[in-house]
Amino acid sequence: MSSHPSVHREVGGPLLTGSYRVLLAIAALGGVMMLWRFAAGLAAVSNLNDGYPWGIWIAFDVVTGTALGCGGYAVALLVYILNKGEYHPLVRPAILTSLLGYGLAVLAVTVDLGRFWELWKVPVYFWRWSHSPQLEVALCVAAYVFVLLIELSPAFFEKWRKSPDTGLRSFAEKGLAVVKKSFVWTLALGILLPTMHQSSLGTMMLLTGPKLHPLWFTPWLPFLFLVNCVIMGYGVVVLESHAAASAFSRRRETEMLGRLSKVAMGVALFFVAFRVVDIVLRGRAGALLSWFGVAVLVELGLLVAGALVLMSEANRRSPGPQALAALLLVVGGTVYRFNVYLVGFRPGENWSYFPAVPELLITFGIVALEIALYVAAVKTFPILAGEPAPARA
Amino acid sequence: MNPGRRRALRVLAGTASATATVAAAPAHAARAPKTVPPEAMGMLYDTTKCIGCKACVVACREANDLAPDVSLDGLHQAPLDLNGKTKNVIKLYKEGDRISFMKSQCMHCVDPACASACMLHSLQKDETTGIVSYNPKYCVGCRYCQMACPFNVAKFEFDKAVPKIVKCELCRHRVADAKLADDGGFSRYTRGHGPACCEVCPRGAVIYGKRAELLAEAKRRLAANPGAYVPRVYGETEAGGTQVLYLSHVPFEKLGLPDYGPQGVPHTAYTIQEGLYKGFAAPVALYAALGAVLWRNRKKTGEGGAEVKP
Repeated sequence: MSSHPSVHREVGGPLLTGSYRVLLAIAALGGVMMLWRFAAGLAAVSNLNDGYPWGIWIAFDVVTGTALGCGGYAVALLVYILNKGEYHPLVRPAILTSLLGYGLAVLAVTVDLGRFWELWKVPVYFWRWSHSPQLEVALCVAAYVFVLLIELSPAFFEKWRKSPDTGLRSFAEKGLAVVKKSFVWTLALGILLPTMHQSSLGTMMLLTGPKLHPLWFTPWLPFLFLVNCVIMGYGVVVLESHAAASAFSRRRETEMLGRLSKVAMGVALFFVAFRVVDIVLRGRAGALLSWFGVAVLVELGLLVAGALVLMSEANRRSPGPQALAALLLVVGGTVYRFNVYLVGFRPGENWSYFPAVPELLITFGIVALEIALYVAAVKTFPILAGEPAPARA
Repeated sequence: MNPGRRRALRVLAGTASATATVAAAPAHAARAPKTVPPEAMGMLYDTTKCIGCKACVVACREANDLAPDVSLDGLHQAPLDLNGKTKNVIKLYKEGDRISFMKSQCMHCVDPACASACMLHSLQKDETTGIVSYNPKYCVGCRYCQMACPFNVAKFEFDKAVPKIVKCELCRHRVADAKLADDGGFSRYTRGHGPACCEVCPRGAVIYGKRAELLAEAKRRLAANPGAYVPRVYGETEAGGTQVLYLSHVPFEKLGLPDYGPQGVPHTAYTIQEGLYKGFAAPVALYAALGAVLWRNRKKTGEGGAEVKP
């Protein structure tokens, strides 16, 4: 070990527990549905249609999934840019959830793309690149997955340098040295890339022009998506920490999460205020009295509720209200993304969309796979910080 | 507040204001509106002439090698709308005793949202004729073109394992090497080379030619028959202008042609996207700024490895 001990430790313990088998079964079912989709086309498994060409795979797995994967981005902003070193123990688990969120979003895209076998041409045929915001998202997300792998690699190297195999040991030492040297420039990429593609996810829906309801169509859409992903990132970090503490009987990081929650509360209130002012200034407040207005109220109401819970210092200091508030913020952020990509998207009266069962099973399978990979990773590699909690009575 | 943090906040504030400036750009340095290509080809459809015989629907199917669509009753070719097997369709609008037929196909927009959405120019607007064409070789099947099209024209073969986008390409494969010739004051290709729907129409309800000539003809009809039409040529300016033009005796909205205003659909998205990424300067500057802050902060956070003294 190095001069000072790593704060991260593997959880250990058996992997194939009962609940883990359930996760794997759900993932396997999703996998079977994917095979069906590749063999028979999109219509066989989904309710996607010419009016609603994008459904739950895009709105949830990709657009929301990457935002849920913004924990790494949001915490890195705090730790490395605002120089708040005290949140450092949160970084590595956040990076892991980010890698899983983004990696599985890429898998979902592959399922969704009608002609996925042509995808390799997107990064390669650079002379054909357009200025489509989606091209920016595609290239940027692909690059970010690699950056996240590099950011997480110390967890693997720290494990491998304790391996009995001398070859693996020296590889791990070399790897650690390289990652340490390039740290600043890798991390700068790890902040730059989400800034770019999370805002571009907002720009993308501006291209649907009159089909996007004016309550959501605003030139500030890219900015709102960026702020939204920071809120969701903080929320996920809090939830993930509490979930890991409960599942693996570990000491809770309540004090640190309380301070993080205060930051999240501020960003959420800023988002709500910005949304309201933008709607009013664009003269669209009247549209709030329609069904679309209800969708806006749900989206903003959840964020306000989450922020209200966090207003009280007592709440911020106790795990239950902390987790509840984080959940409200994450769901509120998710509703915003669904509103922009599905609810506020109006192709015309003749069209409707609700996900089909196999379509949902693919999404559930991807989520189950994500959780299964998370559990396997934290049990095997030094990712979570701190000590296991003392045995409880 | 320590100096590192102050500096970080300064950089962030600078970045935020730069972003805000570019994001607010639509009011100031908007993207220049797209202009009609010099030799823009198009069509003119006149609802007062169409009798709804659907000869154009069949001709389109033959010319474009499309499988018959008998989804309605299993026997007759009667598509209700554009779909993965149908690039051209005739629909009926009926309200009381007021009726009108409506022909739908690609509008060949002057500023096409579908082509702006496409990552590798699989959908592309020809610089001379303005025809919006499709090349499956570079299509990943993302269907962003469908999301973007304000007229819901681009269709997708959802029922195929190897699907393609399906849309009218103004019979560009028939035009091939044919030269435009004068045909009674209109620039037309020789027979058998123009858009099949126009060539087969028994009433001349849909005609093809250069957009400029068709627009002049449409205005001539408006002037010659006051009261017979809604006094407007749809597509002259709508959604930045389209190369397929419409004359109608019923309000255009009733035919599925909403009043989209004179701005091209990609305008807002492209003003922001091309503004933020112009010369890739902003991302490079942000990267440098982030690197500088991280370099300065690296001692405090105890990096490189992900280790820190408790």
